[in-house]
Amino acid sequence: MRNSGLAVYCNGVIKTYTTGQTKVMALRGIDLDVRTGELLMLVGPSGCGKTTLISVVAGILDHDEGDCLVFDKDMRAMGQRKKTLYRGSTIGFVFQAYNLLPTLSVLENVTVPLLINGESRGMAEKKAHDVLEQVGLGDKVRSLPSQLSGGQQQRVAIARALVHNPRLIVCDEPTSALDADTGRMVMEVLRGTALSSDRALIIVTHDNRIFNFADRIARMDDGRITVIESQVAH
Amino acid sequence: MYAIALKMLMGDRGKYLGIIMGLTFASLLITQQSSIFTGLMTRTYGTISDLSLPDIWVMDHKVQFIDDLKPLQDTELYRIRSVKGVEWAVPLYKGLLKARLDNGNFQICNVLGLDDATLIGGPPMMIEGSLSDLRRQDSIIVNDVGANTRLARPPKEPGGKRIPLKVGDVLEINDRRAVVVGICRVSRTFQSQPVIFTTYTRATSFAPRERKLLSFILVKAAAGEDLNALCDRIRKGTGLAAYTAQQFKDLTYNFYMKNTGIPINFGIAVALGFLVGTAIAGQTFYNFTLENLRYFGTLKAMGASNGMLLRMIVLQALVVGAIGYGMGVGGASLFGFLLGGTELSFRLTKEILYLSAAAIIIIIVLSALISIRRVMKLEPAIVFKS
Repeated sequence: MRNSGLAVYCNGVIKTYTTGQTKVMALRGIDLDVRTGELLMLVGPSGCGKTTLISVVAGILDHDEGDCLVFDKDMRAMGQRKKTLYRGSTIGFVFQAYNLLPTLSVLENVTVPLLINGESRGMAEKKAHDVLEQVGLGDKVRSLPSQLSGGQQQRVAIARALVHNPRLIVCDEPTSALDADTGRMVMEVLRGTALSSDRALIIVTHDNRIFNFADRIARMDDGRITVIESQVAH
Repeated sequence: MYAIALKMLMGDRGKYLGIIMGLTFASLLITQQSSIFTGLMTRTYGTISDLSLPDIWVMDHKVQFIDDLKPLQDTELYRIRSVKGVEWAVPLYKGLLKARLDNGNFQICNVLGLDDATLIGGPPMMIEGSLSDLRRQDSIIVNDVGANTRLARPPKEPGGKRIPLKVGDVLEINDRRAVVVGICRVSRTFQSQPVIFTTYTRATSFAPRERKLLSFILVKAAAGEDLNALCDRIRKGTGLAAYTAQQFKDLTYNFYMKNTGIPINFGIAVALGFLVGTAIAGQTFYNFTLENLRYFGTLKAMGASNGMLLRMIVLQALVVGAIGYGMGVGGASLFGFLLGGTELSFRLTKEILYLSAAAIIIIIVLSALISIRRVMKLEPAIVFKS
């Protein structure tokens, strides 16, 4: 077990996009470890490969070369069905645009990952209710996403990412659509509820207002990690 | 996940109603136009349906449909009676004669002259009077629709209601006196003319002078006789055409199908309903899927398999299909019910229901296939695009 204790292990990961005759190397040999109990931020300018890297880590894009293990599992080697199942049970997602289903209530939105994993509706609603209490939205369960503020919607998205107890949570620009105070509050919720000793968080961001919430910051440029900085989170 | 699929569908009210309306329109138009077509075609052989007693219709071999009259000599009746296997054979006169109304106008009527002795071939339902009243002098029986509409008397005052023809009223048919002794109900005819029943002898006296006046010979086969074999014997023995009632209906039906523009006109209307329904429902359903691609991508990223998404889309398509079909068929039935007593021909059969259901299934399968293809090819990485 070469990578035991690591949530994510990337070694020499290369990913190239091909459009017609044009080839663009989005990842040029990424080496990265993410430990359990850690909040790692991936930062860098637009087009540097941050989103491609988390897509590879989350198993929704296959890399071309190198190794990428998530809790010692190589998702690229899995069949499509097995990979989908593994992703559904192991990884939680928080998106920049929240991606809450607009016609479902807050509670129903949070039940979705559980229903996908085969949980009964009653049990899913009970668990969703508990997680919504944790993120401070216990009184909004019947609301539609459109009736909530941006910060509240992102807290619903966090609840949805947490509800099925995934061991890795991947967040894509979770605060870029929010003002500074709301962004800070969302990060506090994320750190307070999502981070635990057996779970890791990877956050892609270029919002320097939230850098102080990270345990480590991996800076990327032109498809490479240029530096990894350690810091004490607030 | 199925409940979520339905909420996704019904939550977008505009598109949901758009899809339902498209399918309802298609189902309504296909069902309604097909029912009118079937009703119209049924009318072409209404007289044959009403005359249920005879097994076989004998006529000139060049007759192509029920209203294509090529009269026979009266002596043909005796030849038919002599054919082995014939239980009885009676004459039937059928012709279009002019009836003179009180206001001086003329109305073309469909006159049926029945065998004087047996009155075989009489109307299936008497509303007033009885069939045997035809034995009275100058007597005729008129169908209720004709009595209430085209043969009705002019109103007593301008703008008033027309007065239906009733028992005891007198008409002139080809300058001869005819007394109404009964009102009956028959299947509507293709040309919607009033139907008048009388005896064969009286009908031929109403008719203009011609050498031959016998339109058809109605035959009852002896018990246990094979009808097709008997038809063959009649054909070979007399040189006349002989059809079972069903064969004569088919002959009439096929004539109208091949020689009139009716099937093409209705076919175009049905095809238009199908095409417009497909376009509206398919386009709206596809738009609905396109607008939800981000959410389908989110579900995929969260672990929903292609199979699960496929089942969700199929369920959505089935629900809108069932609702649209039900509303369309319901609307068409209501249309038929409300206009049941009018000139409109409307006959909704179970075959039309199957046809409409098949058309709606094709529409939703096409709509769903386009959407499914898009969702199956969807890269879950779409969720990381803002």
